[in-house]
This record gives sequence, C-alpha cells and structure tokens, in this order.
Amino acid sequence: MARITVTVNGKSHTSDVEDRTLLVHYLREQLNLTGTHIGCDTSQCGACVVVVDGNSVKSCTTLAARCDHASVTTIEGLAQDGNLHPLQEGFWECHGLQCGFCTPGMIMSAYDLLQQNPNPSDDEVRHGLEGNLCRCTGYHNIVRAVQYAAAKMRGEEVSAPNV
Amino acid sequence: MTSETTTPMIGRAIKRREDPKLITGQGNFLDDVKLNGMTHAAVLRSPYAHARILSIDTQKAAALPGVVAVFVGKDLLDVNPLPCAWPAGGFKNNMNTPRAMAVDVVRFVGEAVAVVIAEDRFIARDALDLIDVDYEPLAVVVDPEKATQPGAPQLHENAPNNVVVEWSAGNREGTNRAVASAEVVVKERIINQRLMATPMETRGSIARYESSTNEFTLWTSSQAPHVMRLLLTAFVFGIPETKLRVIAPNVGGGFGQKIFVYPDMVFCMWISRKLGRPVKFVEDRSENFKSSTHGRDHVTDVELSGTRDGKITGLRVKTYAGLGAYLSTIAPGVATTLYGRIVTGVYKIPNVSIDVIATYTNTAMVDAYRGAGRPEASYLIERIVDRFAAELGMDPAEVRRRNFIPPTEFPYDNGLGLLPYDSGNYAPALDKALANVGYADLRKEQATLRAQGRYLGIGISSYVEICGVAPTAWANGQGWGAGLWESANVRIHLTGQVVVTTGSLPHGQGVETTFAQIVADELGVPYDSVLIEHSDTAGTPFGYGTYGSRSLAVGGTAMVKSARKIKEKAKRLAAHLLEANPEDMIFADGKISVKGSPDKSKTFGEIALYASVGASMPEGEEPFLDETTYYDPPNCTFPFGTHISVVEVFPDTGAVEVKRYVAVDDVGNIINPRIVHGQLHGGIAQGMAQALYENAVYDDNGQLLTGTLMDYAIPNASMLPDFEISHTVTPSPVNPLGVKGAGEAGTIGSAQCIMNAVIDALSPFGVRHMQMPATPEKIWHATRG
Repeated sequence: MARITVTVNGKSHTSDVEDRTLLVHYLREQLNLTGTHIGCDTSQCGACVVVVDGNSVKSCTTLAARCDHASVTTIEGLAQDGNLHPLQEGFWECHGLQCGFCTPGMIMSAYDLLQQNPNPSDDEVRHGLEGNLCRCTGYHNIVRAVQYAAAKMRGEEVSAPNV
Repeated sequence: MTSETTTPMIGRAIKRREDPKLITGQGNFLDDVKLNGMTHAAVLRSPYAHARILSIDTQKAAALPGVVAVFVGKDLLDVNPLPCAWPAGGFKNNMNTPRAMAVDVVRFVGEAVAVVIAEDRFIARDALDLIDVDYEPLAVVVDPEKATQPGAPQLHENAPNNVVVEWSAGNREGTNRAVASAEVVVKERIINQRLMATPMETRGSIARYESSTNEFTLWTSSQAPHVMRLLLTAFVFGIPETKLRVIAPNVGGGFGQKIFVYPDMVFCMWISRKLGRPVKFVEDRSENFKSSTHGRDHVTDVELSGTRDGKITGLRVKTYAGLGAYLSTIAPGVATTLYGRIVTGVYKIPNVSIDVIATYTNTAMVDAYRGAGRPEASYLIERIVDRFAAELGMDPAEVRRRNFIPPTEFPYDNGLGLLPYDSGNYAPALDKALANVGYADLRKEQATLRAQGRYLGIGISSYVEICGVAPTAWANGQGWGAGLWESANVRIHLTGQVVVTTGSLPHGQGVETTFAQIVADELGVPYDSVLIEHSDTAGTPFGYGTYGSRSLAVGGTAMVKSARKIKEKAKRLAAHLLEANPEDMIFADGKISVKGSPDKSKTFGEIALYASVGASMPEGEEPFLDETTYYDPPNCTFPFGTHISVVEVFPDTGAVEVKRYVAVDDVGNIINPRIVHGQLHGGIAQGMAQALYENAVYDDNGQLLTGTLMDYAIPNASMLPDFEISHTVTPSPVNPLGVKGAGEAGTIGSAQCIMNAVIDALSPFGVRHMQMPATPEKIWHATRG
C-alpha cells in the first residue's frame, strides 16, 4: 500500500493505493472518473490516455503510486466553466467519433500533440496519434477534428468541413 | 442551434446528439456500471485447442481471501447450451453449441473452464493462477478444408468429417456446361482470411437477481437486447421472458460481434442467482480475441468462364467455411444465405453454381463480422472478374461495364434463391468513380512510371450488397428461426414532446440523430422535441436490433409508419374540434387545417394537448397520441457502388502506399450526409485493413498467434489515407424513406478494391493473385519471382 496525494482535474485527492494499482484503475475505480477507458491489455489502443504533468501517458501502464504529487487531467477535466475545449468541439463538429469509446484517449493524445505542435500538417496529426486506435471512423474525421481544434486554438475562424 | 434544428431535417448534415456525453467522459459504457454489493468474475480459459478435462481442482483458489466462490462447467448443467438461431441449410442432428463453460472436453483455446467470483477484479484474476486443471490433449484441426479430410481430428461425435452443413445454390448442370464449353476460363483459390472484429470496447455482462421477484437484470454490451432476452430466457434458462430485463449501456462498437448470445451472459446470470449478489464480467482484450466471435475464414475454389470479348458465361464456386468449434448464434446463415446467394455481385451471369461446406474446427466461433457473408462474396467475384480481365488483356472497368445487370432489369433475380435486387443503376456509379479518380490519365501515369521502375496499381471494385434485413417469411425459408421485422412506438406527451421507442439501437451509428431527423420531418415538429429511447427491454417494444444495415431501412420505416398513424388520428381529432370532415384535413408545417380554409387550423401541439388530456374525445376515439408499428419489410435493400484505389508498391521494401481512395456509393436516399460519410469511412477502413494488415492466425496446435493488439494489426491513423466519398442516388422502392443502408457498404466494397490495385501494381512481375493481407513480406517475395 502507498498513500498518494494527487491533483486530478484541479482537485486534490489523498488515497491509499495498492502498489500494483494502475493509474487507470485508480481513476476509474477509486475516483469514479470512468471517462478514461480500457481497450486493451498491452498498451496499444490508447483509450486510457490522460495528461500527467503536461504530458500524455497511457494510464494503463502507469502505476498510481508513481503519480504522488502529480497533476492529472482526464477527459472530465478538459471543459472549462461549461465550455467545451476546442478539441471536444472539433470532434463534435467534424464527426470525429462514432461509438465514442476511443474518444477520451484520442482527445487527450491530441491535446498533448497540439501543445507540442500548434500547427501540424495532416500527416503530423496522423503520426502524432499513432498510439491511439479507433475502429469506427477510419481516422479521416479525427484528422479534421484535430485540425479544427488547432485552428481554433491559434485564434483562427473555423467551421466544420462540408460533406 | 435554432437554424440546425428546424424542419426539414432530412438531408442535413447536422452534428450528432449522441456526442456531448461521449466527448466529456460521461459515456456510461458497460465497465462504468457499478452496483451495490457487486462481485467480479474472472474466467479460467483453456490453453489447449482440444483436450479432455480430467480434473479441476479449485480448492486453493476458493481459499484465497476475497474469493467468494469458484464454479466449473459441471455446476451449470441445469441450464441449456446456447441456442443457434439460424440453422441454415437443414441440420441432421449435428448442431453443436457451447455451454457457459466446458464440461468434459475443451474445443478451442479460450473456451471457459472455470469462473472465479471475488470481491474485486484483481483478486479474481489472482485466484485463476491457483486453479489446477489436468488436461489430456487431443489432436487438433484448424483449417476448414482439412477438417473434412479423412483422418482429421473429430470435434463432435454427431458431426462426421466435422461438417456442419453442405449447402448449395444455383444451376449445377448449366454451370458445368458453361464452364466446359467456354472460350476462356479463369480459376483461382481465394482465401478470405479469418478476422477479429475488435470493437474498441470489449464485451461483457453484469447480472443482478432479485430473489423477491425472481427477476434478472442483465447489462450487456449488445447490438440486440431483445433477442438476448428471448434466447436467454426461452432457450437457456427455461424461464418466462418477463423474468429478465436486458439493458445495453452505451455500446463501444460492435461490428457484428455483439449481436450474439455468449457464455458470460449465462454464467453471470446463473451465479448472480446462486450467490444473491450482482456479478460483473468484462473481457480483457486477449479474452475478446480468443473467445468472442471471429469473422470470415473461407477457403474457396472459383472458376469463371466467359467469351473472348469479355462476357461472363458461368461462375462455379466451392467454399469451405470455418465456423469454429461450436455454432454461434447466426453462424450457419452467414456462411450460406448471406454469402452464397449474392456471389454474382453486380453482374448478369447466366449460369452459376455454388457449394458451401461449413465445418467445425478447433478455433473460436465464427459469426457475422461487418458485412457478414457479403464481403466474402464481393471479394470473390471482384477478384475473379479482375483475373478474367487480366486474362483477356481487357480494361477491368470495361469488363465490368459489359456484364453489369442493366438498369432495365430491376427488380432483378440473380437465380440464386435471393430476393430480387430492389433497384440499381451500376454504370453511373462506375463512370463517376472513373471520372473522380481521373482514370484515363492514371493509366497513362502508370505506364510512364513503370518505364521508370515504379509500380503504380489501380484497383476497381463494383459491389452490391444485401441490407435492410429482412422479410421474415423469406428469412424463415432460409432457416432463420425468428422474425426480422422492427418495432417503433411514437407517442406525443402532454407537453408536446415526442418520445420514440424502438428495438433498434446504436453502437456508434448515430441513429438517435438520424431517427429524430426523420420523425421531426414526418410530424412537422422541432427536431429537439423528439426523444429517441432504446437499448432497454423495459420500455421499448420488442425488436430485433441493429445489424445487417437495417436500422434505418427497417427501424426507421417503422417510425415513419407510426408517425403517419399519429397524423391520421390527429386529423380526426382536429376535424372534430374544427367541426370539419376528417378527409378534408391537411397536415402541413406542424399544423392541421381544413382544406380551402387555412385560417381554420389547429397546431400539432394543440391537438397533442387535447388528446393527452382526453376530456372530450369524439365517439370511439381513445385519448393520447400513441401508435406502434411492427414493420416487416417486403424486401431487402441492395446498396451498390464502385470504389477505385490507387496504390504504389515498393519492391525494395514490399511496402504499399495507398495514394488515393475514391468511393462512389449508392445507399439510396441520405438522411444525414455527415453520418453516412462517417459510416463509409469506417467501413472502408475495415476492408482496407483486411486487404493490407489484418489476419487472425492459428498455428497447427490451435494456438491463436494474434491474441493481442501487438500481433493483430488493426490500423492506426498513419496506416490509412483520406477517403474521397461521393454518391449516386437510386432510391429504394422498398421503403417510404427510399433508403438502402450504409453501415456495411464501405467494408463490402473495399478489400478487393485494394487487392485489385496491389495485384495490378505487381502485374509486371507476373502476379495474378495474392492472398490477403498483402503484407510487405508477400510483396517482397512476389517481386522476386
């Protein structure tokens, strides 16, 4: 057992966790933040991606105990004051999701990508999201959604592409 | 938002009402459901593909602190094996379906052997390591053709040579004559490899039993909750249907895999009753790969005969279809009716004969996976037609054009016992695709590049499929054991809110949005006033669920019909209030007015309020606007289209780059173009993935070598191109919406499109066929003779 103090979506939590408890299980089971999903058991799918201290991580391969004093942002913490984050808005506007299971991880990975590269090419978006699998969309509209968000975060006028 | 939600809504690319919860982490998928007192199940699965269970020792596991109980197959003999609902082709007492857990013999790697119930999922998993099972390994067969050969290991005593069913269609003698006398015959062995559906959310079940009422509630990630309820109560447990409520929470993708009844549903229910506590089981990914259903697995010998000028005269097909160790819920129908009856594709072929031998093998069960039979059919015909074109040295687009079913021949009977193709006009879709891709210029570019040692390939696929399944009487004739109609109830509450309940349900298709669009238009009410409720057997009328691209064509039509019944009643009530004749009432723009006197009118809301209160109803009328339809379609629908891909292969590395993907899909009328494009994108991606990446591989011992996402290559974003989607529109005459269906079209059109391009690129190396997936290794070898 370890006692950790971790800030999740701006709120501090002090919790006892088993040494083996993974961050994803801590978030889902102990904090009831079930927006972070589990889609595989080998760290391929990226449904569990959250942002820890500014970097995207796969929470299925991060021990909760390692997150003592860390700041974690999950999909639940992305919207501010009732306003969707530009990525959430982009995914909605551009039909960047279908079943929605991969979406939280996809958005959190894209969040990190746009922090590092605010003006990516489509190819850079595709490579930047290599660690996240989606079975529904074929990624076409995910690329559009991330570009929508990138443009909006750069302060540009944006609208969803026509179909 | 106002501009987005004013009628008419049909045809508008509005964004989805499903999305706000999903983009904010409020999805509520199965694994997010938590119940008071809930226990957690972990499953011990067979490491052997075929073995006799000599003994199981669960004592140490049961003694682990936190473990509540351990159960094995023998404990659950008081419930029946899972039913197979589609014994297509007739069975001679050789139907074998799985039990919740194996009893004496395991027949595939991953079959459940024991279940541990514990206070949390981690303890349950720990306890699995403490169970000792003594197995006596038996001989294994994994190949659907080898399974039928003399001396092959036998899976079931009642199924000699492991044959499930031998099924045939068409005209054998005529086809034999056509092939024997043809100017040209091409033949090929074509393998449609085993695939894994891989919804990003795995499957699972949570069961709760109320001892005071003897009632179960089952939460399960399902495409068909009403069917699960029927099969589990009437067939497995032998209890009244009313004793089970099935709820599908948000479903994280299905692609067919979540249509079926599964062992975990049974053991979670059984154990929850035994222990008096809720039981939760959610697969991990490797369990999903090992023990939930797979797709495809066909080995086919095909011969196509024709004339030197490109007319097809005959098609002879023999397919071995692996169905796995047991029969899944609809498996026999997928390998026969949904495949064999549409194997002629978009072509008028005078002589066709097909034999399907479906077999048991020591592998996971095979059942419907996106497209379900039709991708296998379209891959087969489109590959062999391309092979024919190559043999003739004729342009593959031209060969297709010469053999298309002419638009004047619809409704068209292909001679294989299928329903008539409803409508079609295939040449315009081909022409549009050729124009969009710039075909003539591409062929020139291809020649130029070849001269420089670069290998461009252009692949064409013209496809047709069967959607909107299906007229019940026809399906029953195919061996289907239930109905295939769909339900919709529409009612108008006192506040004017429209509530639609249906047996159809989404798992990513956005039909809450699409359904609301059509109901809003039909009733002339605001889109936002229409609520679509689904996925819970309590509160929705019985319906058959979502698969076979049927939600809109069948479920949507049921809604239209209910809405029209409501309008008829509203007209009668308005006539009563306005003291006019019902036949003189006109329903338009949300108002009901008297013909010729537009000032004499009532709004729909006024009528709804009047009917809901019901204080002064006319003689013989009941209060409330509430109408239900059980719509059985008169025919299926037959979407079609042409896809063209451009690839470059690199002989030095064997790599394939998909440079363009142009699709022209005719899915009939389109309700929401953004959603339809999304369905096509995802469908194309899955077919492309079959062509280039995915292969579920068993070794000769029956070990699944692709048991994780490290080994099974579903594509990531950098492995797929942009898609260029457009349409022709040939409305379906089958339903009032004129829709055909879009959920599976992309997959059915795409695998052969990519393979035809890869093989076209490799034609300078003498390549005429290659089995999927076209991996770099295969291509590298192919370019070296």
